[in-house]
Amino acid sequence: MSEAALFSRQFRVDMLRFWRNTQSRYFTILLPIVFLVIFAAIFKGVTVVEGHVMKLTTFYVPGIMAMGLISASYVNLTQAVVTRREGGELKRLRGTPLPAAYVICSRAAVGVVIAVVMAVILLVIGNVAYGVPVPHALGALLVAIVVGAAAFACVGFAVSTVITTVEAAAPATNLTVLPLYFISGVFVPERQIPAFLRDIAEVFPIYHLARALREPFIEAHGGPFAAGDIAVLILWGVVSLAVAARRFRWTPSDES
Amino acid sequence: MSAASRPADVITVRGLRKSYGAHEVVRGIDLTVSRGEVFAFLGPNGAGKTTTVEILEGYRARSAGEVSVLGEDPAGAGREWRGRIGLVLQSCTMPAELSVRELVALYAGFYPAPRDIDETIDLVGLGGQADQRISSLSGGQVRRMEVALALIGDPELIFLDEPTTGFDPAARQNAWEVIANLKAIGKTIFLTTHYMDEAQRLADRVAVIAAGAIVAEGTPATLGGRDQARSIISFTLPAGAETAALPAALASDARVADGRVRLETDAPASTLHELTSWALARGDELTDLAVSRPTLEDVYLALTAEDVGESS
Repeated sequence: MSEAALFSRQFRVDMLRFWRNTQSRYFTILLPIVFLVIFAAIFKGVTVVEGHVMKLTTFYVPGIMAMGLISASYVNLTQAVVTRREGGELKRLRGTPLPAAYVICSRAAVGVVIAVVMAVILLVIGNVAYGVPVPHALGALLVAIVVGAAAFACVGFAVSTVITTVEAAAPATNLTVLPLYFISGVFVPERQIPAFLRDIAEVFPIYHLARALREPFIEAHGGPFAAGDIAVLILWGVVSLAVAARRFRWTPSDES
Repeated sequence: MSAASRPADVITVRGLRKSYGAHEVVRGIDLTVSRGEVFAFLGPNGAGKTTTVEILEGYRARSAGEVSVLGEDPAGAGREWRGRIGLVLQSCTMPAELSVRELVALYAGFYPAPRDIDETIDLVGLGGQADQRISSLSGGQVRRMEVALALIGDPELIFLDEPTTGFDPAARQNAWEVIANLKAIGKTIFLTTHYMDEAQRLADRVAVIAAGAIVAEGTPATLGGRDQARSIISFTLPAGAETAALPAALASDARVADGRVRLETDAPASTLHELTSWALARGDELTDLAVSRPTLEDVYLALTAEDVGESS
């Protein structure tokens, strides 16, 4: 089997496992869709984003897109990595000739692909149900999604190294994202967030992901590229990758 | 490779040591496993058994000593080496979302010349479950699944770490047949187990580790001088008879516990002759008369009695 075939088969099996996992399907695929529908039903009217008027439904499409992306590439990935490590599955894989990088990259690729699929689903629902225009700059949006998902996958691998039990994986990952969703312009428009909370949010990558995904939806900008926010995401990804490379373990935490 | 290894030796270990901080768990052990041999590595929990196996498998670094497995140092061995060994680890959860065949096929793809997928599934007795999700398998079936994954790469050397723990008696018999078949086709097997009947049945050679050191090594029949050990004759005294009533040569050796007499002897035939002559003369049948040899388990328990192993 060629190296490319070996990787692609690993990726296909990881995709299959994602899809067959009930928790993944409900929390990563269904929940963001439900959130979009609920937010669009509750919040009507407009907000102002970077000096431009934007319908709230338009605001929520990239916002929920950020949530779906993080769910796929960070929350779900981290939980999968911890579960597979603590159960001994990763250790068993290390005992085969399959290169370690394939295991890591395949699972990261699942996060990126699911993030793209979620973005398409949300775009379509937004357009069909709420008349949210599809951005002209789809390329810029795709770059933001792929870079964002890859960065959050790196954060996931880094965070997985500090979680030592399967039981702690779900609370730990959710606790790191839920409060940030509220202060990072994902669930609530940025201008309604007090400055001191926004200052906190700016430190973390969710704020920058939300901005990078929203930028192509600002029609007056004609779909520019949020270079500064993308740069922050890349920085988070690189630093996380360095942490993961130093700390990542293949064996269960109770084995010294 | 400075360890003096003959080509026939699949595993050579010299002076292996492993410490965690000040605590030395493996204290200078030597092992040799030849090609085609089933080698059983026995020892209580905490004796250093799993640490040793994981050093041989390349999972742990050693503190000192020389180790050669399939001609390479496992600490630095690469992909090609991994393709020549098969593993059943002590505990491992399997991907619940995949079917038996999907997982075996996935692993088959890791190896340069894998065995046939369905044949391997049949070999471990999961033919009827090939299309079932792993989440629906019983504990024993999952363990057999692990054996299938260990075999799928058609390895030269297979590490089986307690492969039948949790099996029912029928499944254990089945697994033993699988292992015996592997031996028959020339595979080398490094087995750890808590079951002495398993070692007795499968192993060509046995080594016992206690408190980090090898305390005995040999064939299952001769381990710990088992073949030299005295036979034990036991029976219940006939009603009304006293130990003192036994023939003088026997009475001095006889020990009574719970109404049964125990005689240890180097000459079972003559001792029995004397005893049965005595009983027949009295008109007694000694209906529960038994002659026994120390089992592998007796020898093992005696060897490891001092090792108050912490459970690992």
